[in-house]
Amino acid sequence: MTEVFINSKFKGEVDDPKKFVDSIIEERRKGNLSYNVNVVYDEESDLINVDCSKGRLVRPLIVVKNGKPTLTDKHISQLEKGEIEWEDLLKQGVIEYLDAAEEENAYVAFFEHELTPEHTHLEIHPLSLLGLTASLVPYGNFSHAVRIAIGSKNQKQAIGFYASNFAVRMDMDVNLLHYPQTPLVRSIMYDIADYDKHPSGQNIVVAVMSYKGYNIEDAIVINKGSVDRGFGRSSYFRPAVSEELRYAGGLTDEICIPDKDIKGYKSEVDYRHLEEEGVIYPEAKVAEGDVLIGKTSPPRFLSSMDEYNLTSNIRRESSVSLKHGEHGVVDFVLLTENGEGNKLVQVRLRDLRIPEIGDKFTSRHGQKGVIGMLVPHSDMPFTASGITPDLCFSPHGIPSRMTISHLIEMVGAKVGALAGRRIEGTTFTAEPEKALREELKRLGFRDNGTETMYNGETGEQMLAKVYIGNMFYLKLKHMVANKLHARARGPIQLLTRQPTEGRAKEGGLRLGEMEKDTFVAHGASLLLKERFDSDKTLVPVCEQCGLLAVFNEYKNKMYCPVCGDNVEINTVEISYAFKLMLDEFKSLGVYPKIELKDKF
Amino acid sequence: MVETIFKSFKGKLPDKILDDVRENLPSKITKDKVKKILEQVKKEFDEMQVEAGESVGLVAAESIGEQGTQMTLNTFHYAGVAEMNVTVGLPRLIEILDGRKTLSTPMMEVYLKPPYNKGKDIKKIALSIKETKLDDLSAEFSINIADLIVEVVINQKTLELMGLDMKDVVKAVEKGMKDAEVKAKGDAIIIKPGKEEGIQELYKLKEKIKEIHIGGIKGVKQVLPVRRGEEFIIITAGSNLKVAFDKEYVDEERTTTNNIHEVAEVLGIEAARQTIINEVLKVIENQGLNIDKRHMMLVADMMCNTGTIKGITRYGVVSRKSSVLARASFETPIKHIISAALVGERDNLTSVVENVMLNQPVPVGTGLPGLITKAK
Repeated sequence: MTEVFINSKFKGEVDDPKKFVDSIIEERRKGNLSYNVNVVYDEESDLINVDCSKGRLVRPLIVVKNGKPTLTDKHISQLEKGEIEWEDLLKQGVIEYLDAAEEENAYVAFFEHELTPEHTHLEIHPLSLLGLTASLVPYGNFSHAVRIAIGSKNQKQAIGFYASNFAVRMDMDVNLLHYPQTPLVRSIMYDIADYDKHPSGQNIVVAVMSYKGYNIEDAIVINKGSVDRGFGRSSYFRPAVSEELRYAGGLTDEICIPDKDIKGYKSEVDYRHLEEEGVIYPEAKVAEGDVLIGKTSPPRFLSSMDEYNLTSNIRRESSVSLKHGEHGVVDFVLLTENGEGNKLVQVRLRDLRIPEIGDKFTSRHGQKGVIGMLVPHSDMPFTASGITPDLCFSPHGIPSRMTISHLIEMVGAKVGALAGRRIEGTTFTAEPEKALREELKRLGFRDNGTETMYNGETGEQMLAKVYIGNMFYLKLKHMVANKLHARARGPIQLLTRQPTEGRAKEGGLRLGEMEKDTFVAHGASLLLKERFDSDKTLVPVCEQCGLLAVFNEYKNKMYCPVCGDNVEINTVEISYAFKLMLDEFKSLGVYPKIELKDKF
Repeated sequence: MVETIFKSFKGKLPDKILDDVRENLPSKITKDKVKKILEQVKKEFDEMQVEAGESVGLVAAESIGEQGTQMTLNTFHYAGVAEMNVTVGLPRLIEILDGRKTLSTPMMEVYLKPPYNKGKDIKKIALSIKETKLDDLSAEFSINIADLIVEVVINQKTLELMGLDMKDVVKAVEKGMKDAEVKAKGDAIIIKPGKEEGIQELYKLKEKIKEIHIGGIKGVKQVLPVRRGEEFIIITAGSNLKVAFDKEYVDEERTTTNNIHEVAEVLGIEAARQTIINEVLKVIENQGLNIDKRHMMLVADMMCNTGTIKGITRYGVVSRKSSVLARASFETPIKHIISAALVGERDNLTSVVENVMLNQPVPVGTGLPGLITKAK
């Protein structure tokens, strides 16, 4: 007797477990049971588990009977004509979904020609074992799995043609590639996902060679001529939003050019781009500090007492302006109203991003790198047929990473470019490398993909043959323009008087604990003090009680709040953070007494 | 002649260096040359010495710590060494430097006195070191419910291998079970509890009897005879140095353990210091790293200079710092501030951390010396 469980709950027993399981599967294929039902017979513990609960991962497979797939050519032609659909195949029991448990008892063939009478299922396509982005890597079965994972992760960060209605959208922080192309070497996933409608890269000529050491450590050297002709050009869009809010007491915000007597008025120059309604005009060039939307708000805390107070009745400035380091061109201005009927203004900013040193690019094989140098077209090496590469990729990136798919794509795309066709590069079912090489030979090139190249500056022939071919390259959204940051002086935090943190706040670059240790190890004691001087302050200390005293600037006198003004008070230089800590000690009820001593 | 020159350098140079020079001198050498050589050695030796104000502690910490980050990644690759599982890598390093009392894998290297170290009967010696419980000897345990007795059938083969006979076993069981009546009957031993007891208690008794110590060294769970050079030694899992030294065939001069606290207890704190150095070096060499021995020596000195082993933790070395602020800057600050406030502790701001906090020059390197002038 075999116990039967439905969704892990005991339901009863059966005499012939195999027959029982087979009958369930049979009924499911006939359509009498839902295709969501899965059944598994565990011979070891002699129990049957029928599962139809939610949350299981299931995957479709072609049912195989007597070594022959039940999916026939007739089905295919019917599908092509649109006579039947996927659902129909499910109903006919040609395709069924297996969950992780039932898969244990299945024998799945990878390819149709591998089928034997023992097989129970056939993979629809071997590619189905990969996800969407991993399927986009061509010749994936030639590279290390980790590299495919990195490659597919990189593709998600690529700049492309993300939506065809981009012109009327108000997206936050988006990039748009200027001349997107569809890859020459592709997998079937490109057609399934309609990649041609939203491509995100460009086909370029890549030479695997070093260039004056400017492509060491994963850097890449890019042809300035290619950049000038549009390679890797993109736009960066960022919207600014402001609305007229209503406050209690009938007060509202007002979008306008602020009056000069307003609280927090910037300077006249900052408002120069605003038109009469207080909103900037399209195609205005704006830089740091410029106002995009002028706005004033009512005073913050309005009470009855304040009505007699003239100064508090002034409206305050609340315009939207460009922050530190930002610049661009106004692309689009939208005047509308929000759900409550308040006036709403949206301004979209555009910034042209031409590839520069530090911008990140990648192929589809996890071979990412940043631009190390832009070389004038005239100085780039060239082949016998006069081709100059758009990009020089360092050969050191290959051996340790073993991204063979990267190399095959180069030959593949080269053949594609020369023969004028797209190359089928789907993982597991791609055009074989051998065929590509033969075709390349027929096209009049060396079949190993190398070519004789000449020094672009001297015209000398290079001793080594250079591996050169076409590739699909992607520009990634990490650009130096968004990250470049340095500071000498700048804003400090209110609490600690130490520099602010982060690029957005024009922050300092922290000299951390471990960095501090290096100064100590060198014995550079006074240099270390200087580095930590960012929050130094002069503090008067009462010599009698040892607490911090007060300096009255009006009277130019120091006094101790505890001992009065008839005590000796001396000033010492300490970090403000320490003064803060002493204050915290006091709040804990701990008395931090400072004893001063002459240094010399 | 030459020896007099060496004598004149005694005290100026360490004996080890003098010996090295002496050994490497060519047989025919003039007095003058020897003197010149020694003077040059002295000069080089003085130049290599650490200068006043050098932050040796921090450099030691960085030197070990930086390499330690490399170790984390490699740790998983080396796990077992010759049938015995040993903690290596970062976990072991942490264990040593924390001064843990209980190790995850205590071990001994038992050296034997001649003639025992020649390899004859090495298995027998090894087995006699291994802790044997009655359970290890027994072939069968049974409870006779009718008579309320426990019967243990002894495996005679193991018994023979151990070099024991039934009398020894009976004696050991008698020692282990104070008021029970123990008798040998054929291959079996019959244990009758002193008091009349129920079946429940008898079951508990049975479990207790299994744990009775028959022979070997307590705590030694596994033994492995290994050939090292010309002789045989025994590596053990589990460590008990004190008892091991009592065995007449154990060479007390060379036998070691990896348990620092045991070494400190049996051989004294100096030996413990050396053990710390050796154990840390073992880990580092095992990982293929190269750290100067002197860093470990400094760390070991810090851990041992009170006479007892203090780990580099907030309860050990750090708790001995004189500065409140320095202690507070390393883990549990509030605890240190409060307890300092209760007794009115005073911080003289003499070390690095406090001065960094106050933004004052730290008293190392260029910050150490001060100018002394007479006030007029």
